Amino acid sequence: MLRFIVRRVLGAIPVLFGLSVILFLFLRLLPGNPAVAILGQHATPQLVAQINASLGLDKPLYVQYLQYVWGLLHGNFGASFVDGRTVASTFLVRFPSTVELTVGALIFAVGLGIPLGRLAARHPNGWIDGAVTVLSLFGISIPIFVLGYTLVFIFGVELHWLPAIGQLDPRLNVTPVTHFAIIDAILSGRAAAVEDAVAHLILPSIALGSIPLAIVTRITRASVIDVSNEDYVRTARAKGLTEKRVDDRHIMRNAWLPVTTVIGLQVGSLLAGAVITETVFAWNGVGSWVVTAIENHDLIVVQSLIMIFALIFLTVNLLVDIGYAVLNPRIRYG
Amino acid sequence: MASQEAALLVRAAPRASRGLWRDALRRLLRNGPAIVGLVLIAIFVVGAVFAPVIAPYDPAVGNLMNSMKPPSLAHLMGTDLLGRDEFSRVLYGARISLTVGVVAVTCGLAFGMVVGAVAGGAGGVLDAVLMRVIDILLAVPGILLAIAIVAWLGHGEIQIIVAVGVSYAPIFARLLRGSLLALRETDFVLAARSTGASTPRILLRHMLPNALTPMIVQATLALATAIIDVAGLGFLGLGPGDPRIAEWGEMLTDSSRFLQNAPYLIFFPGAAITISAIGFNLLGDGLRESLDPRLKR
Repeated sequence: MLRFIVRRVLGAIPVLFGLSVILFLFLRLLPGNPAVAILGQHATPQLVAQINASLGLDKPLYVQYLQYVWGLLHGNFGASFVDGRTVASTFLVRFPSTVELTVGALIFAVGLGIPLGRLAARHPNGWIDGAVTVLSLFGISIPIFVLGYTLVFIFGVELHWLPAIGQLDPRLNVTPVTHFAIIDAILSGRAAAVEDAVAHLILPSIALGSIPLAIVTRITRASVIDVSNEDYVRTARAKGLTEKRVDDRHIMRNAWLPVTTVIGLQVGSLLAGAVITETVFAWNGVGSWVVTAIENHDLIVVQSLIMIFALIFLTVNLLVDIGYAVLNPRIRYG
Repeated sequence: MASQEAALLVRAAPRASRGLWRDALRRLLRNGPAIVGLVLIAIFVVGAVFAPVIAPYDPAVGNLMNSMKPPSLAHLMGTDLLGRDEFSRVLYGARISLTVGVVAVTCGLAFGMVVGAVAGGAGGVLDAVLMRVIDILLAVPGILLAIAIVAWLGHGEIQIIVAVGVSYAPIFARLLRGSLLALRETDFVLAARSTGASTPRILLRHMLPNALTPMIVQATLALATAIIDVAGLGFLGLGPGDPRIAEWGEMLTDSSRFLQNAPYLIFFPGAAITISAIGFNLLGDGLRESLDPRLKR
């Protein structure tokens, strides 16, 4: 097992190295000079040269790349061209929002997807199964921003049940400590603040969680149906076990494996989806940061964020693979 | 399950098989959801092709006196801020979404298949190098890669096609390589090799045709996500960038400020994206079932 883990970790290194080279070249070739972007209409050749020198853009490409990688290895992703703050410091402020959103979406997708999948599998091709199939088809077909605006319109604008955008009502004056809205609200010790933070999380979580919900539902359904046809399930029934016991101990225990794997694999699509979800709901997370950085031609930020997203994605996939190997003793990796 | 299969075999046995593709087509035409999908796609294709005939107004020209009118008989889907007819714009938007989506997936498929075939067919160092490149591309979540590419290349339909195509190519490449690797050790490939067939011949005549079905299914399903991704790029302000062109994603962004007063401006383009994606998803699932009869839902 240890050998498998070490091999997988080592295998991720060339991928990250290759990605850093591609991203570096890719974004250096972006049309538009960052110095011009910073100076706007005040750009004069002297000022542009000065800014280029201060950003190190006048050095040869390979020197710039080596400096960049040297920084990366020390956790230094560079600083934004636009506001001068380091990527790391802004990331620490914004990342908690994205984590909150992703966790909210996962809770929605898994919390609803597994019961729905089990329900549909109970009577395959029955009307409940049909309804669940239609729902999951809808879930994978509706874009996040369409679902997001629809939810905002129904529950925010028309019914006034839930706040439409943002993370916390500014009138509550919650001091940001951890930058997790819910944790900060708890730290403020006011029930109203906690309630407000949770209410703000509901609609974005549903919008972002719709695709994972559909996928988790489908996999749970397929997996439960598969296992239900196994001989050992028939044997369990023949022994006279109660239906609940057969369900919990014989079917679900074996159906969990593909379901957990798929849940782990959703993290990548959740990160990508956060870009759009945060834009719809005006969240100050990492996703909406990508969009503003691209609008501002903020090279270092874009480059670092894609790198960080890939790092998170690879780490999660690695954990999923390891989890799979731990959970499934039938699989022996060399 | 086993008895069902047996029954199927008994029923199928007396009828002479008319070849894989005709059998698959017959199964597809009996698949209710797939037919629904085909009909939905057909509606959008007809709407897109005949947009100049069907559309009651010019999608690019508005009448400011007619700004933000709710749906009526004169304007079936209402009018936008500039007084342009929303129905005509949704129709013309189908042109962009369908062409860009189809061309992007086709490019991704073609590129991915070449890479996958070379990697799966050649093996060795070339395979290892190509797969590492694929790993790098797959490490960046799909739409993020597309966003970065459009940001790099600038606005325009071609740029969107390249961006979406590049983000799909690695998926196709890996899928094809996987099928080819599985086929390499099959008896019929070994037999072909033992008769002295050349490697390109074995690859093109024996292995590729047998690896095609998962690609067709994946490509159809990819059309659904490609349409969503194209609209997503438009939504993020990375669309064609020409205000005269009606694009579903951009239409949504432009109208998001008016959610309270004119929700129909969000609803109609949103429904168009969703319904066309449903169409391709239904067709893709139907193709999967009809191309592989062993696989039952």
